[in-house]
Amino acid sequence: MALRTVLKRLGELVLVLLIVSFGTFMLISLMPGDPAVSILGEGHSPAEYAAVRADLGLNDPLFERYLHWLGEALSGNLGTSIVPPYVDVADRIMGALPVSVELAVLGMGMALLFSLPLAMISAHRAGGRLDRLISAGTFGVLSVPSFLAGLLIIMVFANQLGWFPRAEWSRLSEGLGQNLYHAFLPALTIALAETAMFTRVLRNDLIGTLNEDFILAAKAKGMGTMHILFSDALRPSSFSLVTLMGISLGRLIGSTIIVEYLFALPGMGSLIIGAADNGDFVMVQGAVLVIAVIYVVVNALIDISYGYLDPRIRRAHV
Amino acid sequence: MTNAPALLEEQAAASPSGPLLVVDELRTTIHTPRGDLRAVDGVSLTLDRGEMLGIVGESGSGKSVLGRTIMGLHTTGPTTTIQGRVAFDGLDIQQLEPARLRELWGDRIGMVFQDPMTALNPVKKIGVHLTETLRKHRGLSRAEARDRALELLAQVGIPDPRRRIGQFPHEMSGGMRQRVVIAMALANEPDLLIADEPTTALDVTVQRQILDLLDRLQDELGMAVILISHNLGVVAGRADRVAVMYAGRVVETAEAASLFRAPHHPYAEALLDAIPRLELPPHLRLDAIDGAPPNMLRPPPGCRFAPRCRYAQDDCVATMPTLAATPGVPDHRFACFHPVHLDAPEPAAPTADTAGGR
Repeated sequence: MALRTVLKRLGELVLVLLIVSFGTFMLISLMPGDPAVSILGEGHSPAEYAAVRADLGLNDPLFERYLHWLGEALSGNLGTSIVPPYVDVADRIMGALPVSVELAVLGMGMALLFSLPLAMISAHRAGGRLDRLISAGTFGVLSVPSFLAGLLIIMVFANQLGWFPRAEWSRLSEGLGQNLYHAFLPALTIALAETAMFTRVLRNDLIGTLNEDFILAAKAKGMGTMHILFSDALRPSSFSLVTLMGISLGRLIGSTIIVEYLFALPGMGSLIIGAADNGDFVMVQGAVLVIAVIYVVVNALIDISYGYLDPRIRRAHV
Repeated sequence: MTNAPALLEEQAAASPSGPLLVVDELRTTIHTPRGDLRAVDGVSLTLDRGEMLGIVGESGSGKSVLGRTIMGLHTTGPTTTIQGRVAFDGLDIQQLEPARLRELWGDRIGMVFQDPMTALNPVKKIGVHLTETLRKHRGLSRAEARDRALELLAQVGIPDPRRRIGQFPHEMSGGMRQRVVIAMALANEPDLLIADEPTTALDVTVQRQILDLLDRLQDELGMAVILISHNLGVVAGRADRVAVMYAGRVVETAEAASLFRAPHHPYAEALLDAIPRLELPPHLRLDAIDGAPPNMLRPPPGCRFAPRCRYAQDDCVATMPTLAATPGVPDHRFACFHPVHLDAPEPAAPTADTAGGR
């Protein structure tokens, strides 16, 4: 039975990925501008134009082009950039993706580290002074746009205190310590807004859980406050948080453009914006596809994790 | 495990021979946005070691709040004020530090909750529910705690404990879950068990099994039990003594046999009449009590039952009657100006007949 449900899940996943890839493919066809014109620039003859179109396969039927593109994509070939310097799209993405993934994961990890205790303190004495303080704080942080938060962080930690470098990136291959040192401030910038959201969501769910009978029962067994918060209350309260984390991770990988810009990071956000600016539709297509696939896979994993969070779901539909 | 019983005996020998639990003029006031709710309003009780006390009253009479206040789960704070005293084995519950209370809870005082569907954590296996309290209070190792948990499951009548211990609560029936809740409360063999409506959420056929189980375990472990119920029938034949609560106060308390033979307070009489009996003819309308309990935000000045009482007279509305002994039966106390069944035959003192009345 377990195998059958896993296979069913995988089948659904493949279907979703096909739809997503087709969407990506179509999206580019609908973009304004003609790729052949992008390649040739101004002042080309109709014969040149026709040759380039034929070369790109733009005259083939749509579905045939999709299948061809998908086949190439599956074998790891996302094509070649159509504007100078004509780099390999997959190579370029493999260069930028680790930066974005690392930023997103680090930022979310920090956000979790901050929000778990904050939410627990808040929920433990809901309505108390600390709870109101934390509520006001999270509201405040949420209302600060990330470019401002990033600027403030750079001002304080890089310029004033000089603890961290600004506007430099050190690849993982240059050593983990160096890499984390350079990634800290941008990750912190990302973590701020995420912390605020995570804290609010988890606090609300925790308050609900802490009113449950089984919490009173645990208390009546003499279990301590820490035990009750971590061992009894956290897991049943983490559904919304985990769902939010899945969405956040997918979102962060493709859209940390402001943070990437502030800290001059070579991530996916800058890659996509730069490519779109140059009319490099092959590059945009490849990047969007990769991000979409990551998003879908992460959220499928989140779905599976519900079964771990609540054993009652395990048999029902996973 | 080997020296635990010896330790208990030592403690019992060391402590004064007085009652296990003394509740003195206890008042629990809950501050709500609409005003102060006097949930428990001047209750005094005593409970001996190994004794079973039934606390009976309809919903909202303050029974559950009383049980939780006795245990120390309600303490004076922003939302609650507690006056009076609860002494458990000489310890003033309201004065204890939270850490000291947590040592008592689950170890010397256990609690069984009303609804087994919600009293177990849905994401924890049955075994964990039992072992965490064993490990905390007894410092047992993982393996020792597991062995003891298996023993407990067998003791509360759960078949195939080895399979059940690895299951989640949702894989068990309501009756089985309530057995787990009881096993959880009994894990460390407490001196006092507070069972708050332990059968209300269960099937009628299962109710009986659970009550019999509590009865048997009380005998086996020699613990004192407070059995809280809205149904006098649940308490009948099991409790040694019964206290009838109405609107936050005890209106009548007596040896169980004495109360069932001759309830003196009209409310106790009405509760007794509301128990369905097999010998009654079919389709007979049961004597329900008209009206609803008073609003405890603004309780009436006189007897709180007066507005619903068919014997009420002017004095009932003016002043509040206090608990007083029945002439000749000092242990049977009631708070009523116009008691009923006073002429009913009463044994002069609790004899062997009443003491062994079950």
